[in-house]
Amino acid sequence: MKRVVITGQGTINSLGRSVAETLEGFREGRCGISNLEFQDVDRLSIKIGGQVKNYDPESEFNRQQISLYDRYTQFTMLAAREALDQCGLTFSGELAERSGVVLGTAGGGMTTQDENYRSVYEEGKNRVHPFVVPKLMNNAAACHVSMKYNLKGPSFTVATACASSNHAMGQAFQMVRSGMCDVMVTGGSESMLCFGGVKAWEGLRVMSRDACRPFSLGRNGMVQGEGAGIFVFEDYDHARARGAEILAEVIGFAMTSDASDIVMPSKKGAARAISGAMRDARLNPEDVCYINAHGTGTAANDKTECAAVADVFGAHADHLMMSSTKSMHGHLIGGTGAVELLACIMALRDGVIAPTIGYEEPDPECALDVVPNIARDAKVDVVLTNAFAFGGLNAVLALRKAP
Amino acid sequence: MSVNIEVKVIEIIAEQAVLEVSDVTPTSTLEELGIDSLGLVESIFAIEEAFDIQVPYNANEPTESDFDISSVASITKAVSALVQDQS
Repeated sequence: MKRVVITGQGTINSLGRSVAETLEGFREGRCGISNLEFQDVDRLSIKIGGQVKNYDPESEFNRQQISLYDRYTQFTMLAAREALDQCGLTFSGELAERSGVVLGTAGGGMTTQDENYRSVYEEGKNRVHPFVVPKLMNNAAACHVSMKYNLKGPSFTVATACASSNHAMGQAFQMVRSGMCDVMVTGGSESMLCFGGVKAWEGLRVMSRDACRPFSLGRNGMVQGEGAGIFVFEDYDHARARGAEILAEVIGFAMTSDASDIVMPSKKGAARAISGAMRDARLNPEDVCYINAHGTGTAANDKTECAAVADVFGAHADHLMMSSTKSMHGHLIGGTGAVELLACIMALRDGVIAPTIGYEEPDPECALDVVPNIARDAKVDVVLTNAFAFGGLNAVLALRKAP
Repeated sequence: MSVNIEVKVIEIIAEQAVLEVSDVTPTSTLEELGIDSLGLVESIFAIEEAFDIQVPYNANEPTESDFDISSVASITKAVSALVQDQS
């Protein structure tokens, strides 16, 4: 089996337009959540989100690209550019054929759908732009990355709601580890912050009107975010041979299904995913220093997640840190695990644990060290990152400091 | 009227081909202008929007439709006919 390392990372989200800006946000415990700005926002009862503000597509893309790139694809391309620039790889010949791209998204081109439904249903138009389908499809972003960087190996999109990115990165990890591919571009993207996207979430009555306060007593729900996180996963020998800078090593992955409920999480399913990832990485509980939590800020997720961690880690649960950066960038749904992986890499590389901000009061049902409000310096060798999706789909990755 | 139609058609095609209007002549073919199949459907969409007409074009059988796309002149002629039918 091959060892798998990360040699590039890129992002755009409400905390920043780059990894550096985002990590600065994590260190400062900055909140990227603000008042939403888009058409018909006044008809929503939820009016906040981790929106990418002052974003002008025309400064990044030409007219033809914009006609084909939904906002979620634009975010993907910007994050991919940063990650691919950093890794320093160009793809041709055999390397191109042994490299691919697996990305996560839940809603795909939601903005494109929203705009065109508005146009035909509300405005009564009978004609839509010819590229609506290639723009809205869930695989559009992965395809544009493969085309731009000449990635000719396995490429596809994973849609498992809030676990999409973790499932995608797990696939990429397994493909490199098994020797199927030398390099995989992976991560995820989401942009559901449009009228229809937020209206649909409103319906579930799980959204907060004021803030995302994971693990805090009195928390009142999740807040949506948008953006992308893209990584380059590479065979360690390949990376070492070319002298690439290694950001971290991916050492384990597990996925489980609760097989119980379409929205309510299960402690057992989450615990099986966490312990599965540790088994895959050959870790003992005391090896794990930090967990990037799913931590949505809903009553149900946070207490279930804490109970699962307590079950898996036993006494060591009191000695590890677990924070939710969703408090800062919001819940990026299908892109969330990817942006959260940045906090894991920051913990391993820089020894800084991103905080859970907006934390007001301890909840006895979430009695773990959630790194409240202020980032913390800590020496960290091994981290886990959790994602638990609607439908009971759980995906957990394990990472270690760069070899 | 048809002069105006030609001017507008040339404008649309020039924009699609990312060319100056002066580079597009009635005898130009779409292939010469570098407009591919996706560019063609986008041009047809723009023509439909500009003239408020329905262009009977199916990308699966481009030669079967009454809408002749062999040159800028043939497109202008077909658009003129559709505009005529409308009025």
